[in-house]
Amino acid sequence: MSDSREWPLYEIFIRARGGLDHKHVGSIHAVDATQAIEHARDVYTRRQEGVSIWAVKSTDIIASDPADADAFFEPARDKAYRHPTFYEIPDEVKTL
Amino acid sequence: MHTQSLDSLAALEKRFQEKVDAEERIEPQDWMPAAYRQTLIRQISQHAHSEIVGMLPEGNWITRAPTLKRKTILMAKVQDEGGHGAYLYGAAETLGVSRDQLVDQLLEGTAKYSSIFNYPTPTWADIGAIGWLVDGAAIMNQIPLCRCSYGPYARAMVRICKEESFHQRQGFEIMLVLSRGTPEQKRLAQEALNRWWWPSLMMFGPPDADSKHSAQSMRWNIKRLGNDELRQRFVDFTVPQAQFLGLAIPDAQLTWDETEHHYRYGAIDWSEFQQVLQGNGPCNRERLAARRRAHDEGRWVREAATAYADKELRNRRSA
Repeated sequence: MSDSREWPLYEIFIRARGGLDHKHVGSIHAVDATQAIEHARDVYTRRQEGVSIWAVKSTDIIASDPADADAFFEPARDKAYRHPTFYEIPDEVKTL
Repeated sequence: MHTQSLDSLAALEKRFQEKVDAEERIEPQDWMPAAYRQTLIRQISQHAHSEIVGMLPEGNWITRAPTLKRKTILMAKVQDEGGHGAYLYGAAETLGVSRDQLVDQLLEGTAKYSSIFNYPTPTWADIGAIGWLVDGAAIMNQIPLCRCSYGPYARAMVRICKEESFHQRQGFEIMLVLSRGTPEQKRLAQEALNRWWWPSLMMFGPPDADSKHSAQSMRWNIKRLGNDELRQRFVDFTVPQAQFLGLAIPDAQLTWDETEHHYRYGAIDWSEFQQVLQGNGPCNRERLAARRRAHDEGRWVREAATAYADKELRNRRSA
């Protein structure tokens, strides 16, 4: 027998320490946003993993398609010159 | 009631300052003094505007870069500046100001951006000098901002600093190739250094004693190091690099202070800085005109995107 209303899924993001960005840790099943935060606390921070939690409805996440990843990220593949190591600076030159 | 709310305001301010003093980060949902918010909106948006306007002096050389390699590098660099502007506008928006407001302030000429971008780039060597000196000075200014008290700004700066490191190295490499080239190429490199040296020193802002926002920003951990200290560090790093290139720093007063282990430099012409800041630099009008033109010419793209999004929404609803 199914419940009258299915609970939505939330994606949970945790800030490990003050100043750091929130990182995705997993999902949680909850009746609403407030409960999602409480459940996320109980499920994902039992060992003091964080100081702040974000909950976002899973249906609100817009994701790129992994099947397209090759073509989608292809433009950055041949641009080694975007990295500092591409440039040859003589060892005598310091602090560059 | 009135005294009670004043008391609670004082308590909030006290708690805020304690957090800042303890090196904790302030996040968008946290309480913050109105003046802190305003200072950050001003500083982060000026920084964003500087990235956007900073695309113009270099964009000037994309079509005329001497080789295909240099052209692709320069395009990558200008793309980065656009991206950095986007990160910073985003950080400013977390403080409750809208993107449109910020862009309007730039286009109306009521917002400032770094005055360095009001200087022209007449030769290819200027692109080298900008990377080496202007990005070098910018990195020096930006590294302490990675520890700024406002979380979103600090995190944006970490990303920006990481990406900037190629900018300075490609600039130095251009200068290295030119200074090892023909006498004509070496002359171009020297002239570019002559043009950019003093404006680069001015990038650190007025002496601390004359800097009107410095003291409060220091208390709030928005600013971590003084203008003069950062400027000195830049000079100490850069002079040996110029010597390696075999180029002369255009400062007759420049000497090495053996006891203090610092280079002593001559007096900076702050009247030039004030002139450029007030809109009378060599390219102020040209830069703003270019931004306005780009904004106007891009209007149909923004409108088309909005119209398309609206249509998609209607289609989904009627499906």
